[in-house]
Amino acid sequence: METTQTGSSPLQEMQREKAKDKVLAMWFFISAEVVIFGGLFGVYLTLKSHTGSGPSPEGLFELKETAVSTIVLLSSSFTCAMAGYFLQGKTKKKMILMLLFTLLLGMGFLGLEIKEFLTYVEKGYRITDSSFLASFYLLTGTHGSHVLAGCIWMLVLLFHLLREGLNEDTSLKIKVFSLYWHFVDVVWVFIFTVVYLFGKAG
Amino acid sequence: MDLKYTLWGKKITFPSDILAADMSILLFLLIGVGLLTYFKKWKWLWGWLTTTHHSKIGILYLTAGGAFFLRGGLDALIMRVQLALPENQFWVFQGEKYNQMMTTHGTTMIFFVAMPLLIGLMNVAVPLQIGARDLAFPYLNALSFWLFFAGGSLVNISFILGGSPTAGWTAYAPLALKEFSPGPGNDYYALGLQIAGIGTLLTAINFLVTILNKRTKGMTLTRMPLFTWSTLVTSLLILFAFPALTVALLLLSFDRLFGTSFLSADAGNALIWQHLFWIFGHPEVYILILPAFGIFSDVISTFAKKKLFGYTSMVFAIVLIGFLGFMVWVHHMFTVGLGPASNAIFAISTMSIAVPTGIKVFNWLFTLKGGVIRFNTAMLYALSFIPTFVMGGVTGVMLAAAPADYQYHDSYFVVGHFHYVIVGGTILGIFSGLYYWWPKMFGFLLDEKRGKWQFWLFAIGFHLTFFPMHIMGLMGMPRRVYTYLEDSGLGTLNMISTIGAFLMGLSVLFFIYTVYWSCRNGVRDASGDPWDGRTLEWAIPSPPPEYNFARRPFVRGVDAFWKEKMEGDGTFQPAEKLKPIHIPPSNVQPMILSGIFFMTAFGFIFDWNLVKIGGGILILGMLIWRSFTDKGGHFITAEELAEREERKGGR
Ligand code: HEM
Ligand SMILES: [Cu+2]
Repeated sequence: METTQTGSSPLQEMQREKAKDKVLAMWFFISAEVVIFGGLFGVYLTLKSHTGSGPSPEGLFELKETAVSTIVLLSSSFTCAMAGYFLQGKTKKKMILMLLFTLLLGMGFLGLEIKEFLTYVEKGYRITDSSFLASFYLLTGTHGSHVLAGCIWMLVLLFHLLREGLNEDTSLKIKVFSLYWHFVDVVWVFIFTVVYLFGKAG
Repeated sequence: MDLKYTLWGKKITFPSDILAADMSILLFLLIGVGLLTYFKKWKWLWGWLTTTHHSKIGILYLTAGGAFFLRGGLDALIMRVQLALPENQFWVFQGEKYNQMMTTHGTTMIFFVAMPLLIGLMNVAVPLQIGARDLAFPYLNALSFWLFFAGGSLVNISFILGGSPTAGWTAYAPLALKEFSPGPGNDYYALGLQIAGIGTLLTAINFLVTILNKRTKGMTLTRMPLFTWSTLVTSLLILFAFPALTVALLLLSFDRLFGTSFLSADAGNALIWQHLFWIFGHPEVYILILPAFGIFSDVISTFAKKKLFGYTSMVFAIVLIGFLGFMVWVHHMFTVGLGPASNAIFAISTMSIAVPTGIKVFNWLFTLKGGVIRFNTAMLYALSFIPTFVMGGVTGVMLAAAPADYQYHDSYFVVGHFHYVIVGGTILGIFSGLYYWWPKMFGFLLDEKRGKWQFWLFAIGFHLTFFPMHIMGLMGMPRRVYTYLEDSGLGTLNMISTIGAFLMGLSVLFFIYTVYWSCRNGVRDASGDPWDGRTLEWAIPSPPPEYNFARRPFVRGVDAFWKEKMEGDGTFQPAEKLKPIHIPPSNVQPMILSGIFFMTAFGFIFDWNLVKIGGGILILGMLIWRSFTDKGGHFITAEELAEREERKGGR
């Protein structure tokens, strides 16, 4: 329902409504994503023991390295939250800086993930080699592609910000984006725990 | 009749059935292009293709869904001809070809007919019923439509490009994997459904936000018409069910296209497919039936001239059915061997759905009781739905008895059951909704006399077709077979079923004729309220102006319009001043973006790396382009609005 504030232009009123709609839509989108990742976790847990002639989870993972990427990704959540904080204070420069940090950290995580995959592939562990590997690559890869999408999104956002500055439109975009980014980070926490920690524990 | 020739040393064969399909496609295209040119309608067409307005998109959904209905119906008739006589050999439709017909029929009917037709009606009616100007995201709405259309075209075009899917609409692994379905058919299935599925998910989000955020003042959740309620719950079901299908299709695509073995019987686990598919698939059948429930509730209370009996319990029942819909998927897997404990739990939870369903049936009956009933076509469809659906429910409960299901499973009995619920529920609902909202969409009524003929043809055809299937099933006829033996005693029943199918086909053609006839000679809907309606959509002209409500109405109760008619002069107190209204711009991007999805799918099916990567980049580019062009549209000023309302005679 509409909250008619007096003294605002129709355009502003429309934007205010739009903002509410978009944030709610993002929440619904995230709910759907929860089911997707839930399904992928289910697939992974079912196929974890189907290692065939390939490696087992214990033999595959390097906890130290994933710990680093976990820290990298979680700090990006922190910088993203800081960006939101500066957004409220309307301090554009600091906000952009924080968003840049988030982008760099996101790309750092991606780099680490690609490196991890490459070392596995070098050892000859490809997606077709066992159902365990396939489900592992699919789960982490789906998450990784979400990070990638987030990075591209951030780039576009930064472009918008530099062009238009901080207005209702761009700050809404940042709000919606940060919801997404935090969600992607939370998913990683589950992947780290369920796939890597439990995998190493056997 | 096959066409064979050699081109550059390559032998090319066009089997007669594909040749016939090619020719008919060509013919339709030529006629279309000819008509558009002759009547100078290209610009008009462009307007439709780029529209972002909810009622126009609704009509697009209905048109495209209707076209797919003709395709799916043709498949059905071909199957029924092949089965009409024992050991029949109709044309080439035996074996693999029969499987193609059967799979395309099921897939098309569920994903590209029933759902889009319902979504079309939602698009037309829901914003009006809650006093909104449009859906929350008009651009996204257009994108949803085009994605559905791209996915549907992909599955349908497969027939002439290397073969349709053959593994049934359920595409069970390992049958649907490369090993047992080597052609590209199931790739079309996996990618087509994935693309259409994205569109459906986006629609659901759009409706959820619209219904939660865009209601006019006074339209509380507890005052929403039942169709809007069922749309809300259906959207929630889509939101949680479709992602399960997304994952299932992802696994299937990976197995088929990239050589993984998620679903293979030995290296992977074939049951994953069944679980994921039915975690989606069972809620899906409620995605199909709940909106029909909503339509019947609105239609019955309108034509019985009574408030819906037990409004609150009706809403409660919809929500409860929606919730339980997620708890019962294993009843499709009783015979898989999950064990008696699991079977018992799921048998009981399945049967418990009969309780809220029963509540609804009784509420409809009580609404009828003592009502002033008008038997128009919309109402006939609603009334005839009650017994058919009750029967479908009863056979459902029979199937839900796990030990008995070992007997019924994969027999024609199941085919009888789900057609009684899907055709006898959803399709009757769609027809009812079409007759009901037709004047609102187009400004003229569908002719009653012809409508009733159409109804009776359909109703009789329906029972002739599907009732015998139960008996055939009990006599031992399995589903998904293309023939049966002379001495099985199944010949007569199959023949009856085929005759019924042709009656239904005739009825659908007759519907098209009725539309044509009514368009030329039908009664114009001058008042906007041809049925003496009860809900908001009837309070504005037909078809509605692009902004729907010049001033959004203030709602004071359930059956808002009726309340104003009874307690006042039938006009609403406005909830707002006359003020500028924003009209979003038309946009070609949704069509182009979906076109790229369509093209990229071919890259994956035929393994063209350039198309795969190029398509991916283009899709990304389109999304970025959108983020720079999501402005625009125009405002209708308050003065202009006042003037336009004046001209209409001050409604
Ligand atoms: C009281 C309500 C219902 C009950 C108890 C029920 C129960 C069942 C059961 C147990 C099966 C599995 C049979 C087997 O394969 O052995 C089944 C199949 C099916 N049902 Fe229902 N059902 C109900 C309502 C509906 C509704 C409302 C729809 C659709 C609008 C529907 C559509 C289907 C379909 C499409 C299948 C076949 C799926 C396939 O291809 O295997 N059912 N039903
Ligand atoms: Cu079911």
